Amino acid sequence: MANRAIAVAAAPVAAALVLLLMAAGLVPLLARTSWGAVSPADWAALRFTILQAALSATCTCLLAIPLARALHRRCFWGRGALIKMLSAPFVLPTLAAIMGLLALFGSNGPVSSLLVAVGLSPIPIFGLGGVVLAHVFLNLPLATRMLLQSWAAIPTERFRLAQSLSLTPLAHFRHLEWPMLRAILPSAFAAIFLICLTSFAVALILGGGPRASTVELGIYQSLRFEFNLERAARLALIQVVMGFAAVLLLATIWRAPNFGVGLDRPLRMAAPKGFMRIWDAAVIGLLSAFLILPMLAVLAKGLPMIAHFPNDFAVIALRSVAISISAAVLSVTLALTLARARAKGAGIWVEIAAMLPLGTSSLALGTGVFLALLQVVTPQTVALPLAVIFNAAFSLPFVFRILLPACREIEANFSRLSAQLGLSPWAEVRVLFFPRLRKPIGFCAGLAAAMAMGDFGVIALFGGQDQTILPILIARLMGSYQMQAAAAVTLWLVLFAFALFWTFDALGGRDADA
Amino acid sequence: MPWGAAMLTLENLNLRQDSFSLTANFSVESGARLAIMGASGAGKSTLLLAIAGFVLPRSGRVFWNDQDITKLAAAQRPAAILFQDQNLFPHLTLIENVVLGKTKGQRASAQQRQEAGAALSRVGLSGLEARKPAQVSGGQAARAALARMLLQGRPLWLLDEPFAALDEDLRREMLDLTGEVAGQIGATVMMITHQRQDAAQFAQSVVYVAEGVARAPISAADHLS
Repeated sequence: MANRAIAVAAAPVAAALVLLLMAAGLVPLLARTSWGAVSPADWAALRFTILQAALSATCTCLLAIPLARALHRRCFWGRGALIKMLSAPFVLPTLAAIMGLLALFGSNGPVSSLLVAVGLSPIPIFGLGGVVLAHVFLNLPLATRMLLQSWAAIPTERFRLAQSLSLTPLAHFRHLEWPMLRAILPSAFAAIFLICLTSFAVALILGGGPRASTVELGIYQSLRFEFNLERAARLALIQVVMGFAAVLLLATIWRAPNFGVGLDRPLRMAAPKGFMRIWDAAVIGLLSAFLILPMLAVLAKGLPMIAHFPNDFAVIALRSVAISISAAVLSVTLALTLARARAKGAGIWVEIAAMLPLGTSSLALGTGVFLALLQVVTPQTVALPLAVIFNAAFSLPFVFRILLPACREIEANFSRLSAQLGLSPWAEVRVLFFPRLRKPIGFCAGLAAAMAMGDFGVIALFGGQDQTILPILIARLMGSYQMQAAAAVTLWLVLFAFALFWTFDALGGRDADA
Repeated sequence: MPWGAAMLTLENLNLRQDSFSLTANFSVESGARLAIMGASGAGKSTLLLAIAGFVLPRSGRVFWNDQDITKLAAAQRPAAILFQDQNLFPHLTLIENVVLGKTKGQRASAQQRQEAGAALSRVGLSGLEARKPAQVSGGQAARAALARMLLQGRPLWLLDEPFAALDEDLRREMLDLTGEVAGQIGATVMMITHQRQDAAQFAQSVVYVAEGVARAPISAADHLS
């Protein structure tokens, strides 16, 4: 009982840290903003942000349906590997994706060359089309995985019943698959919509100009180039209001797919033959190519220059890795404290605190913190610690969601034994929680580190020459059209992100049970 | 032992959860062996959990000798409890599990490890110290849990059917062992069981739980005949 009290008492500290960060970001925004000054450019940015997010989410979901369907009912060589690849959508740095898409679909890329050769015009990669293309690429794995899990969760009995009733393909879809899709699609759509609302790197590189500027990009430009603090604050507040509205939407309709269902079970429905077979093969082939080829393109472009390091590369890489590892440790510590308290009966406020960062974005929150710090210190001097804190905060919702069920299970199985033995709070963490949570903690730390590795974060707002991290270096190289050097550094970035993910994941190791 | 040989007293104890209600008003002599019997859902487990400190009574008090222990946390009570399952941490070896009975999770001293090893050999598990629970049989896991009870050295043992999953012969064996080991430190044992034979073999008296009342113990010979 004493443990419970202390575990629950540690949660307010962790929650207070999150709230402090939120307040430090949001209060200066509120103080600085005058709504009367919302300009046509602000409205345009808001419209474009919502438009691209809605389009991206729609296209992603529409493509994910046939892909998940084909993956669910077909058995082929490499299926397991392909599905595994779909399980790590967060680990790939956004910049690597953009770089690959540019190489493939850019004006000099093979796809455009092909189009020009047959007398068509090349794909407009910059602007709305490019932004949506990149978002589809980044989120298709997530959507497909959610749908695939839901497909696998349809009870076998219903498939058997459908077979014994000899349902037509249309009736089959209407009675078995459509009810599932209707339940899961809104969640998938809302999750991707939310992710696209706060996407910054994609808009920075593929968007731009008055016709394709997002709110996030507007914040960055106002603060960094125009030094128009009023506009930055106004846009940041618009971003936050939009973000929280989307989070509320997500929270009301969210239905998690049935996790824990193995995806590699033997198939139990006879896959249709004939034309559908060709269709499924085409869907899997084309969309896999869409997901894999850009990666190969980065590899092809970066590999020749891989050993030509730009100036200060070692220092910059080391800085990036240090930020990632620190952010991962902080994120997991906060999430574990909150999840453990929630499992031990702390109120819903713990969950709300853990999920709060989801509604904000690093640029919006960063603007507020920037305004607050401006009066105290030179923002540059605190850029690195802030990058750690911000990255930890933005991976917190994901890490918390993963650790919470595991904490609940421990609490249900072992809380009485632990109380009976009189384990002190610290002993309980050391003897019980840490060993039993090793695997999810390792996975979460890897996820948080990889997310931090690829993020511009607040460094884009605060940092100077001395705070450069890998994503900034890549953007700078791209900005000066050193595309090959940029691709090489991107390869390193991907390498570091995956290495961090795998190292943490491996440290977690196998399940502690054996 | 800080607690000494003593008597457990339940004074007008009233346990209530939603529509469920149970009262108890009796004493148990030091060193006694009790069987707690009654239909499923009658409240046998709830009674043990209340004595162990996991369920707070609506009213009434629990005494250990003259000391009121009603408000004490589970770890501070003179009682040790074995549940139906999850009595061992699956990620720790047997000896690591047993030594927790002494260390409360602090680092174990060489002497504490030695004591844990001795407790394990007392219950017939020498040589299995480094195994994890999944690597031993159900009977062996139950023995390890008993070894930890021995090391904890608390004078009141509460058994919530920890041997229910074992087959009949093995269960008999465990009852005998429990009796021996508890006798070694003079502990009082209260054990829930559904088997009249088990009660007859193990217990001197029986607490019968029915219709919302845990009745005062009566002689096992009287009740079971």
